[in-house]
Amino acid sequence: MATTYRICPRTGLQFDTDAEKLMRWNAVAGVLALLLGGIMAVGVVLTRWPAVHLLSAETFYMVLTAHGIDMLLFWIIFFEMAVLYFASSTLLHCRLATPKMAWLGFWLMAIGSVMTNVAIFQGESSVMFTSYVPMMAKPHFYLGLILFAVGALIGCFVFLGTLVVAKAEKTYEGSIPLVTFGALTAAIIAIFTIASGAVILIPTLLWSMGFIQEIDTLIYRVVWWAMGHSSQQINVSAHVAIWYAIAAIVFGAKPMSEKVSRSAYLLYILFLQLACAHHLLADPGLSAEWKVVNTSYFMYFAVLASMIHGMTVPGAIEQAQRLKGYNKGLFEWLRKAPWGNPAFSSMFLSLIGFGFLGGISGVMMGAEQLNMLIHNTIYVPGHFHATVVIGTTLAFMGLTYFLVPVLFRREVLFPGFAKLFPYLFGLSMYIVALVMMGAGTLGVSRRHWDMAFAGSPLAYEWPGAAYLMMGLNGVFGTIAIVAGGLWILQIVFSLLFGKKLDEGELRNSPIPLTLPAPTGGHAAHPPATPGTMVLALVFLVSFILYYFVNWKYLSSLWGLA
Amino acid sequence: MSAISPPEQRIWWKAPLDKLEFIWIAIAFVWSLVMFVMMIWWHIYGNQNLANVVSKTTKEMYAAKTQAVVDKYTVRTETDKQIPVVKPPAGSDIYLIGRLWDWWPIYELEKGKTYKLHLSAMDYMHGFSLQPQNINIQVHPNYDHTVKITPTQAGTYSIVCNEYCGVGHHAMVGRIYVK
Ligand code: HEM
Ligand SMILES: [Cu+2]
Ligand SMILES: [Cu+2]
Repeated sequence: MATTYRICPRTGLQFDTDAEKLMRWNAVAGVLALLLGGIMAVGVVLTRWPAVHLLSAETFYMVLTAHGIDMLLFWIIFFEMAVLYFASSTLLHCRLATPKMAWLGFWLMAIGSVMTNVAIFQGESSVMFTSYVPMMAKPHFYLGLILFAVGALIGCFVFLGTLVVAKAEKTYEGSIPLVTFGALTAAIIAIFTIASGAVILIPTLLWSMGFIQEIDTLIYRVVWWAMGHSSQQINVSAHVAIWYAIAAIVFGAKPMSEKVSRSAYLLYILFLQLACAHHLLADPGLSAEWKVVNTSYFMYFAVLASMIHGMTVPGAIEQAQRLKGYNKGLFEWLRKAPWGNPAFSSMFLSLIGFGFLGGISGVMMGAEQLNMLIHNTIYVPGHFHATVVIGTTLAFMGLTYFLVPVLFRREVLFPGFAKLFPYLFGLSMYIVALVMMGAGTLGVSRRHWDMAFAGSPLAYEWPGAAYLMMGLNGVFGTIAIVAGGLWILQIVFSLLFGKKLDEGELRNSPIPLTLPAPTGGHAAHPPATPGTMVLALVFLVSFILYYFVNWKYLSSLWGLA
Repeated sequence: MSAISPPEQRIWWKAPLDKLEFIWIAIAFVWSLVMFVMMIWWHIYGNQNLANVVSKTTKEMYAAKTQAVVDKYTVRTETDKQIPVVKPPAGSDIYLIGRLWDWWPIYELEKGKTYKLHLSAMDYMHGFSLQPQNINIQVHPNYDHTVKITPTQAGTYSIVCNEYCGVGHHAMVGRIYVK
């Protein structure tokens, strides 16, 4: 096990050389997928902009399939692998358990993602990332996804193995850090997710090869979403861990209470899997009891967990800032936050957007009866661009600004753009999410090439406001894509041409983490967080209003029983 | 020291809770319960609940049932495709077919009367999206899903398909008249 350890001179973090290389490769592979998915977003957004209507129907559906898969699966999961290795080996000051296996996992993921993309661009696999049966893709479409999933599964086990190594080799004292705990949550959910994926994708592969006659559409949707929804919970766990990490890195913020934050993660593990139900609320064949219990994660316990994180992350920042003396009024701590530091501004925009836009809309449409209002409308992509783009992607992008000097040892070029980027990308994405939700509230369908229904004898005329919102989606979607493209250029240029930074000391053995001696007596009481509480209450009031407005809307519909 | 290091206090689970944090957890918990109860309450008192009356069927069986209703109650045809407009008696079973790429047939219903609407697909899944009402229901092949509907306003309604079903998906639109 002859690896070496590097002490980063800028942060004091300690990197196992093997793990470090894996993190770099996984992050780069993720960014490549983001690039491809981003190019596809151009086609998607400009086609759904009614005044532009760029692509033909066939190309549009192909491009949309690629956009969904490259973004949601390949970009996010590659990056998450880097996060898992960071949260285990780096934060616990230990070696990576089995670097060879980790490389095997990486290459399986790489081969899988290329294979699936090839299948998509060959043109006969435009089945969307959900690949609902009985619409059939080519076998290598499914095979690529399966290889990718197996690779990711190996990564999760390497992560777990690394936790065991750290414990056995006593590289830390006490309990694992909160961020590692969050990553552990993500890994546990990932293992469940991939198991469900295997249960559904392997039969589907066999079916596409002709070995199985038929797959029941309802069973497919239930099991597919056991994977599809849980995989979103991996993202939530991962980006919440990154929020905590950025709060810690930028402010030295301590969790308000380890107990509360960890219990909230535990609620994710216990209840998130149930939520596959909220994709099935408009389906026949599932009882109302089943829907109610599952869609609410058994009484909304996972929502409760997210509401807790949503308060404790800014709360921890407020405490850290108040300890530094920013004590005036309710919000001096927030006003005097480093808004020009892209890691922080990304994280904060991610938190607010995830909560206000993604969270509230998600819970609304996850209510059993309310779901009928928006099922399969473009409201749904509106919601998940708030969760998975503003929440996850923006948090990852912000973290990358921190990783370039620390992990890649390069100075970030164009620091002026870095300051601007989170606002440009984040805020235009806020608008994209909002106008998609607006158009969806008016009924506009998702995955739909032409809202004018060209060629249909019975075409329906959408209200003008729906056209307006899809136009705004085009404008602000384009801005977001340009911002994202510039971000990729900036990162790539920095990696290639940024000033090389000092590597720091290389050692043959890790320095274990030690805890300070107990101070006896009681620790100083941390300051109260009234500002965060006010933000939380504003959130709650918006939540309650929006929730009941939708019940009112529902009550105006035709009677259904 | 912080969230990226092991907790300073070894016995972190005994550390007392912050007061505001505790209050927020309590509020969030109550709100979670309210939302949970709301769905159950609506099942009892609300007028918009999706029924779970479902039977397994086959494409042939379902097509035959639809054809029977069309044969019996067609009042005219519309468009070049001669789509039958069917006017069934109030309270009856009406069958709607989703297929590549139309909804068939067109129904003419009476305001305030209740019908048993059956939904099923002939090939892929389709999405029943009634506009401008905005009622959206997933339609599966081989499942016959029955929903009791009571139109409350007169008008011309469109059924847009909102589950992706291939290149003709955008042109899959049907109609319901309410008189
Ligand atoms: C860069 C700016 C982006 C823009 C402007 C954009 C725009 C869109 C639009 C308009 C749709 C809906 C198309 C439709 O249903 O007809 C869509 C779908 C989707 N987007 Fe994005 N997107 C962006 C980035 C992302 C990112 C970063 C992710 C994931 C991390 C993502 C994941 C998805 C997924 C999963 C779908 C659903 C595809 C499907 O329905 O099969 N997008 N995007
Ligand atoms: Cu259809
Ligand atoms: Cu369709």
